[in-house]
Amino acid sequence: MTDQRSQAEIVRQSLKRRYRKERRFRAYGIAAIAVALAALVILFADIIGKGYAGFMKTTLTLDVQLDGEMMYLDDATDERQLKMADFVEPLVQALIREIPSATESDRDAVRDLINPYASVTLRDALKANPEWLNTTRTMTFLAHTDVDVYVKHAGDEAYSIKLSEQQREWVDQLQEKDVVETSFNDVFFQNGDSRDPSKAGILGAVVGSLLTMFVTLILSFPIGVAAAIYLEEFAPQNKLTDFIEVNINNLAAVPSIIFGLLGLAVFINLFGMPRSVPVVGGLVLTLMTLPTIIISSRAAIKSVPPSIREAAEGIGASKMQVVLHHVLPLAMPGMLTGSIIGMAQALGETAPLLLIGMVAFIVDVPDGFFDSATVLPVQVFLWAGSPELAFIERASAAIMVLLTFLISMNALAIWMRKRLERRW
Amino acid sequence: MQPANLLLLTLVLAVVAYGLGYARSRALAMPLGGIRHLKSLPFYYGARAALWCGIPALIVLALWAAFQGKVIQMLVIGSLPPEMIPADEGSASLLLSKISNVASGALPPGFVEAPIVEAAERLKALREQSRMLMTALVVSVAVLAGFLGWLRIRPRINAREQVESILKWLFFACAALAILTTLGIIFSVAFETFRFFEKISFVEFFFGTSWSPQTALRADQVAAEGAFGMIPLFTGTLLISAIAMLVAVPVGLLSAIYLSEYANKRVRSIVKPLLEMLAGIPTVVYGFFAALTVAPFISNLAASLGIEASSQSALAAGGVMGIMIIPFVSSLSDDVINAVPQSLRDGSLALGATQSETMKKVIFPAALPGIMGGILLAVSRAIGETMIVVMAAGLAANLTANPLETVTTVTVQIVTLLTGDQEFDSAKTLAAFALGAMLFLATLLLNVIALKIVRKYREQYD
Repeated sequence: MTDQRSQAEIVRQSLKRRYRKERRFRAYGIAAIAVALAALVILFADIIGKGYAGFMKTTLTLDVQLDGEMMYLDDATDERQLKMADFVEPLVQALIREIPSATESDRDAVRDLINPYASVTLRDALKANPEWLNTTRTMTFLAHTDVDVYVKHAGDEAYSIKLSEQQREWVDQLQEKDVVETSFNDVFFQNGDSRDPSKAGILGAVVGSLLTMFVTLILSFPIGVAAAIYLEEFAPQNKLTDFIEVNINNLAAVPSIIFGLLGLAVFINLFGMPRSVPVVGGLVLTLMTLPTIIISSRAAIKSVPPSIREAAEGIGASKMQVVLHHVLPLAMPGMLTGSIIGMAQALGETAPLLLIGMVAFIVDVPDGFFDSATVLPVQVFLWAGSPELAFIERASAAIMVLLTFLISMNALAIWMRKRLERRW
Repeated sequence: MQPANLLLLTLVLAVVAYGLGYARSRALAMPLGGIRHLKSLPFYYGARAALWCGIPALIVLALWAAFQGKVIQMLVIGSLPPEMIPADEGSASLLLSKISNVASGALPPGFVEAPIVEAAERLKALREQSRMLMTALVVSVAVLAGFLGWLRIRPRINAREQVESILKWLFFACAALAILTTLGIIFSVAFETFRFFEKISFVEFFFGTSWSPQTALRADQVAAEGAFGMIPLFTGTLLISAIAMLVAVPVGLLSAIYLSEYANKRVRSIVKPLLEMLAGIPTVVYGFFAALTVAPFISNLAASLGIEASSQSALAAGGVMGIMIIPFVSSLSDDVINAVPQSLRDGSLALGATQSETMKKVIFPAALPGIMGGILLAVSRAIGETMIVVMAAGLAANLTANPLETVTTVTVQIVTLLTGDQEFDSAKTLAAFALGAMLFLATLLLNVIALKIVRKYREQYD
């Protein structure tokens, strides 16, 4: 009797310790989830913090005197004269007029506040409206990148080192007079890449991504679905089928960069296809996403109950008719969901595209499948490697655009799974 | 015509063939007394005609588009004056890029020798000819085969059976593409790897402790011979993967345990998608985060503690890679833990064990093989991960175990050696393929072992 009580006593005493352990174990789990979620939050906060300024541009609004004598221009319709004329001087003079403390001797320092491309803007405007010559016009120009980052990050030392003390003072004055203003960065969405951060945009990369994704989609979806149908419905139980399945499972886990090596050796060196074009990128990404699409499509086909098949066969449908008329439509939502997820993966993929030359510096927006192009993630990679803070800002902004695409694709996939997938 | 337009045209022709085939089968059936006297429905006669028209034309188109570039290159090189014909592949590819630059207008003709300008003209002419020939060939094949298919429509033919067997073969071809891809990978890396080992000995590659792939570009240039020892790359890869695993395994495993054993349904439905979001973020974003936020943070932190840390430390790359792999580990562990039969859990709880004791002493040992398999899969993913290390780990091939120093990895070297223009013959370029072969073999081995473990374990309880 006493023996038993003491045993109960022991258990009771140990309970406290065991419950403490239990709570500690639970706390570990919560801590692990907290760590993972904190990483997610920090990542997003970091990128938004770095990139929100990329969606803003800084402009100068100036009253430009288009003085023909100063510009060495007496006929604005003459192509040759337009090419030779001086379009920088009117801008510099207009800006000097806005800064009371600046004199003629400061013109170099003043000029460095204006974007190098502003003179091109002015020339194009004059070319379109030759009658503007010898009048005064109020126009808006991009500010220099150094001014841009200084204005957007007022008070941050790291962003103002490129401007002199005097220039900073001027910019502050100009801001008070509303000559220097920040507004939504439409340039970012209308331009291709550029050496000048304030002229650089993502349109070229977005179009390149769309072209590449189009090639990937029209190849990988039909091929993936056909392969899944074969493996689930027609494949005989033999060594060949087993071998195909082993291959698909292994390809799903092969590092993406290996597909880049394949693309380089086969498509570019063996077939002599051009480098850095969306077609080759699409082909490489097709091979990469196929296993994902095949695996999810097979799962979708498997989830169609056998009763459907039996019913169709019972009323005399052939095997192919059963599959194409009954199984495929019912499995379609699941297949589409898997394909969207595969496409989202392909859209964010960078490494294989580096090897097939999609890292070139390309200013023009690509206009075909055989035109040199880059894609959004590669654009991020290129800008992130730049020492200029303004490019880092653009890279973060491009990441935000990329993530918006990806999140909406995944949200679409989740919505489709919830809405369209039928539970049997 | 551009291949893309030609593809569309072929599809249009196939649709036309479908319509004609459909109409002909009906017309043939009319005198017999309606379509019930046909062996198959008119639809199948149309589909048969469309397949006859489309498939040969598409095969011709694909073959032509795949090989025209190489054939044209060979013709252009062959047409050069004998003294300009390049001796080796490296100078051939240089010459070809020069010619195509002249042809595309990127390089003004005044800058190059006269034969090259001629070759560029020839290249343009050949491209034009090839395009026209391709169009003519594809269209005539489509029309001819479509016409034959249309002509051979008879009410007695079982069109449905024929269409179905063609489709079945098509489906098989799509599935067999997986084998073709694997073969493509093996041949593309194996071939170059053999050529690499003709230049560099096995011993140097596998046991050399220094890696500096810069070889002399010109014969008279004073440059290092280049060292191709992969030990520093190998240790660098292992160091970064180990750091990643140190982050990913505890966090991933513990969160999987919490979510499957403790969390209620509501928490699970919120936390799980958030965790999976980590897996959906592109690696270039992680690379950006590692290179521009985590690495400076670590080096500043170390500096304030008085330790020296490189601005591109293995710790930054490995840590961020670990974050990326968390969802991978947690979802695989989650599957395995859920696969442990409820009876084991109930038995342990009935004996008075607490939940954590059940977890640690009963479920975890039962799930261990599966979890190990999952971890191996995660390791293979860490080894093959490219963008994070390219952006955050640096290029210096240091043989070190200090996580605060810069190390480089196999994938970083592949990317560095192969980005930009390269001659296809130097040991430098071939080295990238040899590294790719090693990477492929290593990940393949890990995957095969991991899948075997996971499968074997699953069978025990099913």
